[in-house]
Amino acid sequence: MKLLQYLGSRFVAYIAVLFIGVTITFFLPRLMPSDPIEGYIAQMQNQAGQTITPEAMDELRVQLRRLYGLEGSLVEQYINYINKVVLQFDFGPSLYSYPRPVAEFIWTALPWTLGLLGVSIVISWIIGNFIGLLAGFFHNSRFATTLEVVGVVIYPIPYYILALLLILQFAYIWQWFPLSTTIRPGPLTWEKVNAIIYNSFLPAMTLIIAGFGWNILSMKALAFATKEEPYVVFARLKGVKPRRIMTRYVFRNATLPQITALALSIGTIFNGALLTEILFSYPGLGLLMRTAIGSGDFNLMYGTIIVSIVSVATAAFFIDLIYPLIDPRIRLR
Amino acid sequence: MRLNFRLKLGIIILLILTIGSFVLPIFTDVNPSEQGTYFKNMPISRDHPLGTNSIGQDIFWYLVFSLRNSLVLGVGVSFFAVILSLLLGLSSGYIGGVYDRVIMLVTDSFIAIPSFPILIVLGTLIRGQTSFWYLGTVLVIFGWAWNARTVRSMALSLREREFINTARFSGSNTLEILLQEIFPYVYAYLIVGFINSILFVINTEAALAVIGLSNVEVPTLGSIIFWALNYNAMFIGQYMWIVAPVVTTVLLFLGLFLTSTGYNQLFATRRGHS
Repeated sequence: MKLLQYLGSRFVAYIAVLFIGVTITFFLPRLMPSDPIEGYIAQMQNQAGQTITPEAMDELRVQLRRLYGLEGSLVEQYINYINKVVLQFDFGPSLYSYPRPVAEFIWTALPWTLGLLGVSIVISWIIGNFIGLLAGFFHNSRFATTLEVVGVVIYPIPYYILALLLILQFAYIWQWFPLSTTIRPGPLTWEKVNAIIYNSFLPAMTLIIAGFGWNILSMKALAFATKEEPYVVFARLKGVKPRRIMTRYVFRNATLPQITALALSIGTIFNGALLTEILFSYPGLGLLMRTAIGSGDFNLMYGTIIVSIVSVATAAFFIDLIYPLIDPRIRLR
Repeated sequence: MRLNFRLKLGIIILLILTIGSFVLPIFTDVNPSEQGTYFKNMPISRDHPLGTNSIGQDIFWYLVFSLRNSLVLGVGVSFFAVILSLLLGLSSGYIGGVYDRVIMLVTDSFIAIPSFPILIVLGTLIRGQTSFWYLGTVLVIFGWAWNARTVRSMALSLREREFINTARFSGSNTLEILLQEIFPYVYAYLIVGFINSILFVINTEAALAVIGLSNVEVPTLGSIIFWALNYNAMFIGQYMWIVAPVVTTVLLFLGLFLTSTGYNQLFATRRGHS
């Protein structure tokens, strides 16, 4: 019963994230002082001199409004938008590489982003939490203090600075890794797998290091607090070995808030991944977004944003679904 | 009141950076963004503490103005974001019920939504005319949620305390209780939240600027890196152009973070003793 209640509340939260995300994406650009269509028309007039007649201009305006889904009242536009984009996942054709559909580009880019993110989140979560556990459990030793200082120094460094430092050191000065990503398309051979790992190393390192700080610091605090709980003291008095206390008694319970925190911070990590992809020219959603912006391809831009919001919300929802497997209190009661 | 080491170090870093970036501009009449003010690619000297870059700007002065602008934006936006989170968090925790549930649903959604793609679009649509006012407003919209969550859980735990009931039976109304009884407990968290929010704002603006989607004509910690990358500073050996802002950003963020966690520690010990 409690499990059902939990799942229900998580599902409502999932829908809320999707709804609010999509709504903000719809309304913010429309509340802006400038009109992208007038901007586009002014640009065309500049390029064409005065050769376009006013009638042709009006027709162009109507066509553009239809193409961008800007016809009718704001409410009509909104319903239309939800219906098309959210329910049917139809983002229309790419305006730059007309008539290839936007979805095609997105499906090519999405696995790159998900792969990069998935691998780096798992690695940084496991290593970061392990270091944090050691630092919290042996909090009196000098070794633990050193680990914590590492966490404090790494945590506030933003993604783009980490990316720049790694590029500067490993790609420019030492030239161990490439400055930007070049992976030839083709079947998945052993060579290609190598190329992917070689090219993804620096972007992945950026995301892993950026994730360390938070995991170390918060796990350290949690492990330190859990260590003083009565049941841990009891286990110690009973004569349970310290290593077993650390893994079975402290770690299992300190993990729970860390999983909730991971679900909440997926969005922030995703933001960092987009930026990292752009800086490394890594062929995922971030770079696709950058390309869309560079070429003024609005359909592609909206497509990437909606897919971003849906992926992040879904990932967070999955973590929420895993949670009862780890916390028996929700499952059994 | 004994300050702990973290807080001391953090405050010292912040004071040096803040006073430096606000006082130094008084002594110069140079417009740091103007190209060709000086000779290009000059080495470090007494006149140019960090040299000049390949478009003839003094790197040191550009950095000073960048730091000042980033700080102004960060503090300004955080001020409004914190007020918003205070209003929503306090009322949500104290009133409870359906109101609380709806507000928390919205809050959690704002935490979970990846803000960067949305900011990227806005940055594109108003490219070139991105006014800092508009950018600031959007950053407020994305910056209040974490704090609101903390404030709300504070208010929730305080609501059940004895002195709140005493105040209620003495005839205080909801607003009076919120301001006179609960706020004094919450303000320490607000200071921490305020500092964290400055971190978020400066970071987000800089991230947008680095990929050219903020107003890069205004010197900020991000736009200086944008121009350095744009003119291939690394390839032409202009290390100072890119290393100086990187070091400054890391120092600033470390200072902010140390201050916020140090203050948290200080407040935790004080609460333990009282």
